[in-house]
Amino acid sequence: MKNTFTRRELLSHGLAGMSAAWVAAHWPAMLSAAAHARAAAKSSAPPNLEFFSPEQAAEVEAVSARIIPTTDTPGAREAGVVFFIDRALVTFAKANQKLYTDGLSELQARVSEMFPGTEKFSVATPEQQDQVLESLDEQSPASSSRPRRRRGAAESLFETIRVDTISGFLIDPDSDRRGNRDAVGWKVIGRDPAHMFQPPFGYYDKDYPGWQPNPPDPVKTNS
Amino acid sequence: MTIDQPKYKTTDEVDFVIIGSGAAGGILAKELSGNGFRVVVLEQGPYLTEKDFVHDEISVFNENLYTNHPDLQPNTFRKTPDEKAKPQRAVMYGRLVGGTSVHFTANFWRFHEIDFTEVTRFGPAPGAALADWPITYADLEPYYTKVEWEIGVSGQAGASPFDPPRSKPYPMPPLPTKSSGVLFERAARKLGWHPFPAPMAILSQPRPGRSACVNCGFCLGFACEVGAKSSSLASAIRMAEKTGRCEMRPNSYVHRIEMDANGRATGAVYFDKERNVQRQRAKAVIVSANGAETPRLLLLSANKQFPNGLANSSGVVGKHLMFNSSATSYGVFEHPLNDYKGFCVSRVLHDFYELDPDKVGFRGGGGLDARFDATPIGFAFSYLPPGTPGWGKSFKDVLSHNFSRTVEIFCHGTSLPVANNSFSLDPEVKDAWGLPALRMTYKDHPDDIKLCNWQNIRAAQLLDAAGAKKIWSNPVQEQQFSVHLLGTCRMGNDPNTSVINSDHQTHDVKNLFLCDGSSLVTSGRGQPTLTIEALAFRAADRITALAKRGDLSS
Repeated sequence: MKNTFTRRELLSHGLAGMSAAWVAAHWPAMLSAAAHARAAAKSSAPPNLEFFSPEQAAEVEAVSARIIPTTDTPGAREAGVVFFIDRALVTFAKANQKLYTDGLSELQARVSEMFPGTEKFSVATPEQQDQVLESLDEQSPASSSRPRRRRGAAESLFETIRVDTISGFLIDPDSDRRGNRDAVGWKVIGRDPAHMFQPPFGYYDKDYPGWQPNPPDPVKTNS
Repeated sequence: MTIDQPKYKTTDEVDFVIIGSGAAGGILAKELSGNGFRVVVLEQGPYLTEKDFVHDEISVFNENLYTNHPDLQPNTFRKTPDEKAKPQRAVMYGRLVGGTSVHFTANFWRFHEIDFTEVTRFGPAPGAALADWPITYADLEPYYTKVEWEIGVSGQAGASPFDPPRSKPYPMPPLPTKSSGVLFERAARKLGWHPFPAPMAILSQPRPGRSACVNCGFCLGFACEVGAKSSSLASAIRMAEKTGRCEMRPNSYVHRIEMDANGRATGAVYFDKERNVQRQRAKAVIVSANGAETPRLLLLSANKQFPNGLANSSGVVGKHLMFNSSATSYGVFEHPLNDYKGFCVSRVLHDFYELDPDKVGFRGGGGLDARFDATPIGFAFSYLPPGTPGWGKSFKDVLSHNFSRTVEIFCHGTSLPVANNSFSLDPEVKDAWGLPALRMTYKDHPDDIKLCNWQNIRAAQLLDAAGAKKIWSNPVQEQQFSVHLLGTCRMGNDPNTSVINSDHQTHDVKNLFLCDGSSLVTSGRGQPTLTIEALAFRAADRITALAKRGDLSS
């Protein structure tokens, strides 16, 4: 029996297979989920660029594809991260427009400087691309304590694309942010794209026998 | 908004104007309107409902869909009073109908007896203005029970041997046990500790008009689209509206409480949505604007009689700010837990709630919980182990492996009340309405830091006993930001050292009441909301009694 469903599946497949008791218990929730799914379906237009030129978009996409590369699983390219960034720059991240425009020119200059004869980041080899990005990464690549979503003109374009790529890879695919296309980002990290779940949730709770009281007469622990 | 509400005129003298619609304001509105009074609730944020709620992390965290916006209402921060404060986001709270209860984690621990009687029990704490409460746990117990039953709290009575006495079990069983909870429970028992099912203000069973939790996994920071989280929005406010005597007035940003020549509050002055100034008259004013905005409003309302701030003859308005200490440790396990499914917390332990200061070398105590409170983007930025590359194939590999396998142990604890830790008005920075910005002055008491480090050691021990393959703790740092905003208009019997009496009435102004996190005398051990709500139910009883006796009339 299927025990999870996405909002879209709710509409397309109805309720077949769900247990009647569970459906009864969650009916208001399901109506609400259905409303969300309709809203999401309405807003799914074919991707078109709202800020970048096609040339700029190709470069941004190439950078994003090194931040979350395509391996045996999909990466930033397959998740359509460039469309997330493109929309971000006309919505919540308008302040970064100049950073992107100026930064992309500097990026190309850096590519030509490091690899004479190579004019665009997108045509460099993956190894060359990584070398360029390492030269732009102000922080050690082995840093995990980066502040979240640092923004501003002083930030390197690289750090901004890094943050935006990760955000665009993992954003709620049912939102109108245009990232995480077909929930590929969530699938890569092991997040079921559904928005409702029933226990058991994971490996360690599947055989949990249920709550048993603690042993009686505890000694209050102080060390 | 589906229920017909009265529309009072601003010139009508209603019985009560309540400023703030959060954990306390929502309950006061329900109780007082239920007791027959005419109530206007002024809420600075918008009136959003389930249809408006999303799982979009950008809307919620970047655009502050539910919270105070730092561009509109900037804060400043400094560690000590001799420093000049710098602009920096210092507080986050729910800025919408229902307040912070709309997006909170919903951990619903009661305070224990010790939280009300620290000084009697262990004496004063050096460097802290620690005080006993004028009420005890026993005074509040019936109201804890009332909260649990009226708004809907799930839990297992008697499961923790350290729990204070209770008059009634929880109204519904605990939420399901997550994989993190199973690992926590087994490891804690191995170590001789006493884990128990987390009491949560989230429905495990449906209630009229509200679904049980559907385990969507967008919980902390998010508003519940199925009404399972027992916020004031989903519970008390709906009940208040049904009385037909309560008007919820959103987008109403109160910036002054007015007084008459007899020293009585006459109502609240606020900016409406169009930033026009309005005045709502009322027989009595209740401020439940949270531990930051309540003292700020009193300071903004300074007048000839109270040049240092309304109801501030004691000089302690805004002082003794407490956050709750917090420390975090993480473990990565072999198999997927899929802890992203569901509410955050399913197991807690309180073995360290009441530590002996002579044995541990610091004051305070706390509780540990097993949780997963990250949504996908937040996880990628903040929950990967130290040393993980920030991009590229190895970043992707660690992210992909860890997302479903990570557990966080959150160590909650005491903040000791320090007089210098405070909210005040910034002398320079203004908000978008031209009002002085909120200035925070805060430096953790050294004992709070000691407690965090002490607990982190136990958290790592627990993760090890649970069989985690990788374990790390975030370094304990001094806090400069908080969502728990406590103690800034503390309750007490002495008008020289406290702002309100045990009826929540200000010592200085007879028909002015304060009830929210600012009322707390101590911080408890980590989870203040249930106590704030119990205080609100109790305050409503006290205020009703005073009003019926005619004590609020001139």
